[in-house]
Amino acid sequence: MAYSFPEEVLEHVFSFLASQKDRNAVSLVCKTWYEMERWCRKRIFVGNCYAVNPRIMIRRFPEVKSVELKGKPHFADFNLVPEGWGGCVYPWIVEIARGYPWLEEIRLKRMVVTDESLELISKSFKNFKVLILSSCEGFSTDGLAAIAANCRNLRVLDLRECEVEELSGHWLSHFPDSFTSLESLNMACLSYEVSFSALERLVSRSSNLKTLRLNRNVPIEKLSILLQRAPQLVDFGTGAYSSEIRSDTYSSLAEAFSGCKKLKSLSGFWDVVPAYLPAVYSVCSQLTSLNLSYATTQSPDLSKILGQCHNLQRLVVLDYIEDTGLDTVAMSCKDLRELVVFPSDPFVADANVLLTEQGLVSVSEGCSKLQSVLYFCRQMSNSALISISKNRPNLTCFRCCILEPRAPDYLTFEPLDVGFGSIVENCKQLTRLSMSGLLTDRVFEYIGTHAKKLDMLSIAFAGDSDLGLHHVLSGCESLRKLEIRDCPFGDKALLANTSKLETMRSLWMSSCSVSFGACKLLGQKMPRLNVEVIDERENLDSIAEDAHVEKVYIYRTVSGQRPDMPDFVRTMGKDNHEVYNLS
Amino acid sequence: MSVPLEHDYIGLSDASSLERSSESSNISSDNVTNNVFNLKATELSLGLPGFGKISEENATKFGPVIKNYMSGAKRGFSDVNFNGSEKWGLKGGSEADLCKGIDGVFEKNQTQQLISSSDVKPVEVEKKGPVSENGSVPPSAKAQVVGWPPIRSFRKNTMATNLSKNHTDVAEGSLGAGGCLYVKVSMDGAPYLRKIDLKIYHNYAELSKALEKMFSCFTIGQCTSNGIKGQGLTESKLKNLLHGSECVLTYEDKDGDWMLVGDVPWKMFIDSCKRLRIMKGSEAIGLAPRSMEKCKNRN
Repeated sequence: MAYSFPEEVLEHVFSFLASQKDRNAVSLVCKTWYEMERWCRKRIFVGNCYAVNPRIMIRRFPEVKSVELKGKPHFADFNLVPEGWGGCVYPWIVEIARGYPWLEEIRLKRMVVTDESLELISKSFKNFKVLILSSCEGFSTDGLAAIAANCRNLRVLDLRECEVEELSGHWLSHFPDSFTSLESLNMACLSYEVSFSALERLVSRSSNLKTLRLNRNVPIEKLSILLQRAPQLVDFGTGAYSSEIRSDTYSSLAEAFSGCKKLKSLSGFWDVVPAYLPAVYSVCSQLTSLNLSYATTQSPDLSKILGQCHNLQRLVVLDYIEDTGLDTVAMSCKDLRELVVFPSDPFVADANVLLTEQGLVSVSEGCSKLQSVLYFCRQMSNSALISISKNRPNLTCFRCCILEPRAPDYLTFEPLDVGFGSIVENCKQLTRLSMSGLLTDRVFEYIGTHAKKLDMLSIAFAGDSDLGLHHVLSGCESLRKLEIRDCPFGDKALLANTSKLETMRSLWMSSCSVSFGACKLLGQKMPRLNVEVIDERENLDSIAEDAHVEKVYIYRTVSGQRPDMPDFVRTMGKDNHEVYNLS
Repeated sequence: MSVPLEHDYIGLSDASSLERSSESSNISSDNVTNNVFNLKATELSLGLPGFGKISEENATKFGPVIKNYMSGAKRGFSDVNFNGSEKWGLKGGSEADLCKGIDGVFEKNQTQQLISSSDVKPVEVEKKGPVSENGSVPPSAKAQVVGWPPIRSFRKNTMATNLSKNHTDVAEGSLGAGGCLYVKVSMDGAPYLRKIDLKIYHNYAELSKALEKMFSCFTIGQCTSNGIKGQGLTESKLKNLLHGSECVLTYEDKDGDWMLVGDVPWKMFIDSCKRLRIMKGSEAIGLAPRSMEKCKNRN
């Protein structure tokens, strides 16, 4: 090789590579490219905060401007991971503060974020712009106040479904009067009232504000004021959408909405009073995203809105929409890409609404661009699943939750193997799948055979034996995240597929038949896997080898055992001196 | 494919299921034994937990049969011995051998015989629920499975408040319409917090018992609500409170104020409780005598 491109040219070419996957591939070409790539990588995504430690990251990539971390496993969302398990971000912030003083963006998901962490963030990065906390907990409004007070260049403060200890609503007032750079504010998960005048002033002076998601406490009467101050909004989330009907409130609200020519996304609508819904009619045809999942409105009112949303791409709604409402969606929302239907009353045995599998079949017929589905329902049939798969072979994400565990096909009483098998067979681009209902090992055979692009699989109350798990682990080439609960999967499949586990981000198994002994063996055999047994029974050290673990979380790591395990977590099969290799 | 078993809601199969499945595996038990023994050639031992349904008669090499499991909260454990790495032959053999062996096991015609159906786990029911000793659930209420359906807490809690507004007639003591309501419980001095679902309990006594289990030293320092007879603190209990562990249970209500648990009726309490805190030590002193006064006044 006589010559190569000058470095500057290569660097310029690399700057067009946004995806981490592409950059990783580029860095493997040769040492020169590795060196060049690492100096110009600006964004880092760490899918499991325990897979690597911050010092390794900072040493390899010195010029990073944006860090994204994920902490707890996905099933933590459903209370399956005990409190105190881990995922604390503070150690990362300490290192990042030292290593990346010019960091601009931090995105965290399912992590424990303390006020201390927020304060450190607010004081360490002079050019800090974006803070997105998704399903995080551990901080209070004091931490938010620190961010507000100290981050002079903040553009985005986005709290998505976080658990915040609310000491007061005064945090918002800590944004100084000179602060005008805000582009996005999402405080929908907070419940305390913030000072409305402070909020109004903040909105008024933030001429770049594009996203504003209010919390429940901002009353409907005040919405029009805010919308008038920010008619450039693209994404708006209302507060509680209810009060006694007053014509002046209604008309000023309708007028304010009609002034928002750029509005594309609407959400909020807590405690909705149907009579106020028509106020949004003027923007319906502009909307690409609509979230009515907190609106306890009945189907006819929903249909009236949805019938006008001809450009809708994303819809999140409660099962109040019923099959008839979904028929309207199928007819009117021809550009729909994503559908989410949550259950309104999941703990009642009998259906409280007329939502069945038919609604989903309808949408799959009418919406040719539908790619992503999350659908909670009370009944499903193989024939419906087959229809859906044939209508929509372009599905990339299919999550179907039948509320009753192990519910069979309600028409034939057979397992739903053939139906879900059809989904993986026809939808060749499927990357994410969650199943429910009565399922035997057969469905896993279908999955192992066909689901070659599957990246994430969630299984619950399914299967008959280790064969099921073996099919998945040996067949799904692209699998990176597997989470299993209450399935009769044990040691054999796990131990027969140990090298597969190192190609995956993580495997979660709870209430299955995995033994302590197998976990220890796996941990001993695979030094780059952490096999974390999570078990809240007493005397973890004296439980028999053949006893089943409550929960096991297996993930690949270059960082060794983590140093912050509580007493109900053990990393199996590792010597004590291998803790947290910081070098 | 074997007949699906009948399950009650929480997925317990009845005792006869094990016999039924043993029967079906017995039909081809000779084949089972032969195929199983052939695997010795690949140096794999089958002394593993959960390996199909091997009937008692053939169990000599492999330990006693997998135990039946009945009760809700704890799963049955396999009695098959697991003797660690030697039996796996992992030290000697390569992983290719291991996979070969396993593929041999998993060949289709063998699996029908080796692995029969009913290895169904009972669903892990919330341990703190009103489940009686033998795992049965009161017929009126629907047993709640931890983390099912998979809905995030934020949404569950929001919907719970919506539903309690919509339901005018809330039955006493039923799990009914409200779903669940997870609140954090902190105890002064404990290294981390816990979370409990208030909807599981029906009165202060149940809550107290559950918290007692979770945190070792604990006493409710107040009287129970009006109208519930026979559950007020006795004189001796109050004395224990004053001179004993000095723990007081408080909660944060919707207005953000910290209140003593037990003053209001149970229903009102769970509607307004946002989090719980067990106060200990010096902060707790001074709260108890007040409650004693209140009790005296009520009684």
